[in-house]
Amino acid sequence: MNPDDQPLMDPPPQVPEVDRSLLHELIAYLRDNRTELREEWVERITQAQLLGVMTPEEIFSEVTAVYDNYVDALETGSVETLQAYARDLSERIIPRGVETHEVLGIVLLLRDVLARALFVEYQHDADLLNRILDAYEPAANRIAVTVGVSFVEERERVIREQQEAIRELSTPVLQVRERLLILPIIGVLDSPRARQLTEQLLGAIQANRAKVVVIDITGVATIDLTVANHLVQTVEASRLMGASAIITGLSSKIAQTLVDLGVDLSMMRTVGDLQGGLEEAERLIGYRPISKGNKPDAAAN
Amino acid sequence: MLVAILRQGDYLIASIQFDLTDGQVLELRDDLSDRIGRSRARGLIIDVAALDVIDSFVARSLGSIAITARLRGAETVIVGIEPDVAIAMVQFDLDLEPLRTALDLDEGLSLLDRLTQRDGEDGA
Amino acid sequence: MGHEARVPITSDADLVPARAQGRALAQALGFSQTDATLIATAISEIARNIVVHAGRGEIVMSRIEEPHRYGLVVVASDAGPGIREIDVALERGHTSTGGLGLGLPGARRLMDEFQVETDAGKGTTVTMTKWRARDELERLREKRRHRA
Repeated sequence: MNPDDQPLMDPPPQVPEVDRSLLHELIAYLRDNRTELREEWVERITQAQLLGVMTPEEIFSEVTAVYDNYVDALETGSVETLQAYARDLSERIIPRGVETHEVLGIVLLLRDVLARALFVEYQHDADLLNRILDAYEPAANRIAVTVGVSFVEERERVIREQQEAIRELSTPVLQVRERLLILPIIGVLDSPRARQLTEQLLGAIQANRAKVVVIDITGVATIDLTVANHLVQTVEASRLMGASAIITGLSSKIAQTLVDLGVDLSMMRTVGDLQGGLEEAERLIGYRPISKGNKPDAAAN
Repeated sequence: MLVAILRQGDYLIASIQFDLTDGQVLELRDDLSDRIGRSRARGLIIDVAALDVIDSFVARSLGSIAITARLRGAETVIVGIEPDVAIAMVQFDLDLEPLRTALDLDEGLSLLDRLTQRDGEDGA
Repeated sequence: MGHEARVPITSDADLVPARAQGRALAQALGFSQTDATLIATAISEIARNIVVHAGRGEIVMSRIEEPHRYGLVVVASDAGPGIREIDVALERGHTSTGGLGLGLPGARRLMDEFQVETDAGKGTTVTMTKWRARDELERLREKRRHRA
């Protein structure tokens, strides 16, 4: 569910009682003529050259479901089931390459097919036709919007997930040995990135049951107080999750900056280079065998 | 039951099941102190995995429990601190160094094994 | 869940629902898991502050909207005796009666904005806000919405 959801349209105006019976009649008509109307709709879809990526069988199956959900939504006035279906449908067809204009297109075509059918059925009585359309139109439009918006929101969700995946790829946490993680940081380290880094690292500690993490900042040129504090906090947070952190690749420039900034480095283990850091890490992981017959703890092999 | 307390060999394992009020936290401390005394447990594990929020009071209380436990001859290890909770905890102006921690129950028990082997030595 | 929650604070037992509702509202507003935890933790701190200093009060949490961002604002108010020497209370490491938590400084570090209004005899109101970081997609949507 999109947390940004604000109702796009006000709830439909209450259908006055007298028109409620019209709505029932209309729904009954749509259900009775389901097969013909559905076929006409499929014809229109084909003419408009929509849903080209789907097979005829798939189209038939989906249009049947959409038609039935559409009529149900008209009847109940509630779009929730339709929304759920639309999201489900979107999830399935987006990877197939179905586009927004196609989804909107087919819903609008259905709206038109049904409206035309109503014209034909009730053309003998202009007043009745008007009232039928008064009942039908707002509901039909609301449905079109619902389906369209659900589709678009599903696309946005997919894009968001892809964004997240790209962000994670650019800050890889690597498992090099059992219980040992390396986080190489390259480039500009700013506050938002540092925050994201911390979250990723802690998640990796949990997932990999890491006992030591080596944070290599060889590739970081400069660092400010905020980021330095983030680093210290990352080390502390790692410890709360049972993992020791070693900072490697601290250039003399950054070391001096940290000293000048008054950052408390006493809690941080720092080692000059990555190689040294890894050796220190392995030392930390491989405990001495305990006498008294106990098994030695997991060695780094 | 708010906190499930089990005996495992020389150790006590306290699993906090629900968010506790301040009063319940203090009761837990007293309860654990009692039990350690009675059972002569040498180690205590406090599993906080079920806690979505650990604020400064709870954090201090965990430290307080550890001190109390040590006075009664038991080492304490806190396990199950979730990543988000860890991030929040390091924002407090609180010295968390004295708190011994491990990822989960297994790790906590291993740590206790190591700690209780070193009689008389102050593990950092 | 709506975009607002109100929790009366009358004892330490009320911290539990205050945390839970804070977390739930933050998640409903789309904050990350981590931010929701930070918010709930900050709420816990100021709620305890109310219990300790004033005995009773109220916490109101609601969505706040600005042209280019939105967030969650928490207002904790009490009719207690007020905090004397507010500067001291906000200083890092300050602990008040009985060492019951670090109250305000802890909450301040967890949130983006933090203000305290206090008056001897009139009580205290703490207002704190966390903004939701928007990603590219949301920024685009916002731009489109404003153009329309």
